Amino acid sequence: MPRETFILIPGRTSRQGTTLNEGKLTGAYLDEISTLQMNPDDMTRLGLNAGDRVRLRTDQGTIELPCQPAKPGELPAGVLFLPYGEWSSRLMGPETHATGMPDSKSFDVELETL
Amino acid sequence: MSTALKIVDNATCTFCGCVCDDIELTVEGNHITKAKNACVLGKAWFLNHHVEDRPVALIEGRPAAFEAAVDRAAQILVNARYPIVYGLSDTTCEAQRVAVAIADRIGGCLDTTTSVCHGPSGMAFQGVGEVTCSLGEVRNRADLVIFWGSNPAESHPRHWSRYSTMPKGLFVPNGRKDRTVVLVDVRRSKSAPAADIFLQVKPRKDFEALWALRALVKGVPLDESIRDETGLTLEQLQDLASRMKRCRFGVLFFGMGLSMTRGKHLNVEAALALARDLNEYTRFYVKPMRGHGNVTGADNVVSWQTGYPFGVNLSRGYPRFNPGEYTTADTLARGEADAALIIASDPMANFSQPAREHLARIPYIALDPKETPTIRGATVAFTTATYGINTPGTVYRMDDVPIPLRPAFESPYPSDQQVLEAIEQKIRQRQGVTP
Ligand code: SF4
Repeated sequence: MPRETFILIPGRTSRQGTTLNEGKLTGAYLDEISTLQMNPDDMTRLGLNAGDRVRLRTDQGTIELPCQPAKPGELPAGVLFLPYGEWSSRLMGPETHATGMPDSKSFDVELETL
Repeated sequence: MSTALKIVDNATCTFCGCVCDDIELTVEGNHITKAKNACVLGKAWFLNHHVEDRPVALIEGRPAAFEAAVDRAAQILVNARYPIVYGLSDTTCEAQRVAVAIADRIGGCLDTTTSVCHGPSGMAFQGVGEVTCSLGEVRNRADLVIFWGSNPAESHPRHWSRYSTMPKGLFVPNGRKDRTVVLVDVRRSKSAPAADIFLQVKPRKDFEALWALRALVKGVPLDESIRDETGLTLEQLQDLASRMKRCRFGVLFFGMGLSMTRGKHLNVEAALALARDLNEYTRFYVKPMRGHGNVTGADNVVSWQTGYPFGVNLSRGYPRFNPGEYTTADTLARGEADAALIIASDPMANFSQPAREHLARIPYIALDPKETPTIRGATVAFTTATYGINTPGTVYRMDDVPIPLRPAFESPYPSDQQVLEAIEQKIRQRQGVTP
């Protein structure tokens, strides 16, 4: 199974924001925060189809989730986007470098196809 | 409860830091059925906060009487050696003020969700200073509007139409036509199509790009190699630097792309220093895009009461400020806190794994209108009324302008302020302090 280092950006989306109001334990919210967006060329290169599951790993944790191609041009190669939530937080380290803020965006993750 | 139809004019949306106060709500009984003028996020906020059928309080997951829950909460906080008070960005200033009083009484750490959104920006403001203005000034004057590391189309949908790019203002009579809008981001986000210029900076290179702009503004020569460093060509950077110097009123709004990415407060300091430099040539401002409805109020209330905006320790009887030491991501992940009071926030979902694991080990009290992972794990949980929908009070818009709330209908649940006041009262009794 190929493994590669990517940069992960967790962030807000409209759907994350609207479904958040329905409740954090509702299906639509959980679906939104557990779908990874990838550069379409990276997906082709790794032989991934829309909906295929991948494993993401940092020193802190490991998660498995389905991926979808981002809109063309939206994400540069090597960059992943995940709507901010419980899954993205599982990969985040505790170190805040004396700021109170963990590295919460643009941190390295190892991606493995399943 | 009556089911008569009611219209609430000029209601205030507190879902994001835009705090739009021009919403027309249609209320049927204890449901909001229409939220005219609200954006898609605001509509979801108003239409989904109806009264849920949950117990007013839970102790260890079992329904409990309000008084018993208050008593248990006070007992936990009074007996703790290193209690923390955290959250506060989704409640009124009036409730925030009581939370500060509790932290003071129990000699705890006081921190807000600012520490994990724009806390680094707060540190940068202290280091460099803030060239600031209100959104009203932006609306009436700005002819160059830059968004850096923020995606207003999805996170602050009405920012553009209400404040920054579309409105016709006193000195920009043709609205959008009189303005140049620039978006700088690592992703070509949904905001990009609405900008005149989109600059795709390399991930983790915001500081370098901002510093290069500072150099160009000051006339320091740079060469083409800047592209390898930042992802932006010398020509793109020169063009932006020259637009910044030439504009009549420029403003740079920055998002968490700066404050959450490695470098954090240094990234923000670079943006603040650039704005400061530009004031040698023109009027230029820099403002954070604040997320939650009253996170700006939390900064104001905590600063007004303790002298510092977040990450304050009150254990010695006077306030000490030290991000990285007294901030919640740290006090939890390092296993230092031995009890917590969490108001309107969800660290069980949003914090790092070591922080969550520690929170799960200690007794804590949580207040929230909805069930969340944090509420589920709380020793004592309170269901509260939703601010702005059920309770009046004051919130601060992202530009530090206070705005009153106009609630739509009454909730059977107490407000955060009422719960906190009851807990504070009980703490005083336990400490033998007469009211
Ligand atoms: S922009 Fe923000 S405050 Fe305004 S209606 Fe939308 S969510 Fe509410």
